[in-house]
Amino acid sequence: MSSNQTIVKFTSVTKSWPRGSGGLQKVSFAAAKGEFVFLTGPSGAGKSTILKLCYMDELPNSGEVRVSGLSSINAKRTEISKLRRKLGIVFQDFRLLEDRTAWANVAFALEVTGTHSKAIPARVQKVLERVGLGPKMQSMPTELSGGEQQRVAIARALVNDPFVLLADEPTGNLDDRASRAVFQLLKDINTSGTAVMMATHDLDLVRTSGFRSLELNKGALVYDSAETPLPERER
Amino acid sequence: MRLALREVGTAFSRAPGLGVLSVFTVAFSLFAVGLFGLVAYNTRLALERLEERVEIRAYVTEGTETDAVAAAVGDVRAFPEVASVTYVSPEDALKKARVEMTEFKDVFEPEFLPASMEVRLKPGMRDPETVRVVAKRLNGYPFVDDVRYGEEWVQKFYAVRRAATAAGIVLGIAFAFAAMIIIGSTIRTSVLARAREIGIMRLVGATDSFIRAPFLIDGVLKGLIGGSIAVALMWITRSVLTATVFAFQFFPVPILVLCVLIGGVIGLLGSAVSVGRQLKRV
Repeated sequence: MSSNQTIVKFTSVTKSWPRGSGGLQKVSFAAAKGEFVFLTGPSGAGKSTILKLCYMDELPNSGEVRVSGLSSINAKRTEISKLRRKLGIVFQDFRLLEDRTAWANVAFALEVTGTHSKAIPARVQKVLERVGLGPKMQSMPTELSGGEQQRVAIARALVNDPFVLLADEPTGNLDDRASRAVFQLLKDINTSGTAVMMATHDLDLVRTSGFRSLELNKGALVYDSAETPLPERER
Repeated sequence: MRLALREVGTAFSRAPGLGVLSVFTVAFSLFAVGLFGLVAYNTRLALERLEERVEIRAYVTEGTETDAVAAAVGDVRAFPEVASVTYVSPEDALKKARVEMTEFKDVFEPEFLPASMEVRLKPGMRDPETVRVVAKRLNGYPFVDDVRYGEEWVQKFYAVRRAATAAGIVLGIAFAFAAMIIIGSTIRTSVLARAREIGIMRLVGATDSFIRAPFLIDGVLKGLIGGSIAVALMWITRSVLTATVFAFQFFPVPILVLCVLIGGVIGLLGSAVSVGRQLKRV
């Protein structure tokens, strides 16, 4: 943890859907600036719900989510849009626009948030080089491997210099080698100061990384390694 | 704005079929409304021409001084409902009768027909009630023997006109409503085709108004192009009908401009509703 400044804070957050599974029950935790936090637990435990609440795609039924000072209790749609410009969001299924090159996919995030057109090319090139896709920036998503597509998605998430990267099972669709490479990229991003919250099923990755992990089960936060270090728990 | 226009172009180049379908849906829907409007417009013109024939004839008692009648003509002309008054002398009446009715062709004595005042009313004042009021006032002149205005005809005419207006409004609204539903669902299809893009825009922090802009421009453009095609189709149809059936009047320019603008407004509203629904989901 590089700083104690809280950037994400959940206070007794409950989220449920009328006919849906998943959801959360009175979840409380805080994540600090520059921190790397894993969200673990079985499918339907509420990992994705936490991430959706972070970028306020969903709002809690009760409790409060506070991200970078914006509270879920009184957030307006325009404020949510502006918050998302400071967040990077990555999904298991990449969510790229298939009809545009890697370069255009990344530039799209800048264009639609009103970045001056002259500033776009340099920033896109820089971020694509950072994720190791410099030579493939004019490739279409279908011409790229899964790992490369996820790198384009990460580049798109990074291009607005977010303070936190929210990654929902970013390695879920990748083979071991590509997973390791994507995880290494996320670690590098974290090292450079961006906080990362990553939902994953990969417990080996969690154990070997040494990063903080929040374990969820049936919507409840059952374990936070920051409060009870994993080795002690396992003993 | 430039980006919004570029997005419109990109969306069209990616799915030109869908774009063309939207434009022609707008065009044919407005064409159907327009054709109905053309029939309604021509019916109205025909009824207006018929309405101009509403007249009141006040027959003057034989032997009345010409000066008295001339003074009365001046009076009547000043009535607020009256457009024109013509004094028809027995000689004029006979001339007219000879032209209009062959049985008068051998009559040479003008005294056979009474003199009269032929009163025409202003547009908008030819309804049965006003006609009756003016007729009654004319009947008040001591030298007026009789007043005729085809009471039954005027009443029937107005009943037909009211029915035509009511039918026109109801059918017009129904047609316009159907057109809006068809156009709305076509535009919705094109918005749904870009749902993924809208989702990504929301994720990276584009504001709702920014996301809406290209869709609204797209809707307005498709509506305006569709409206223009509808006007062209109406003109072709009217030309064919005029050449083969009978002379149809075409809409005046302001109505044609309005038709194109209505296309634009329908496109705008259809897009606004569809993209609004889509934005609520993401």
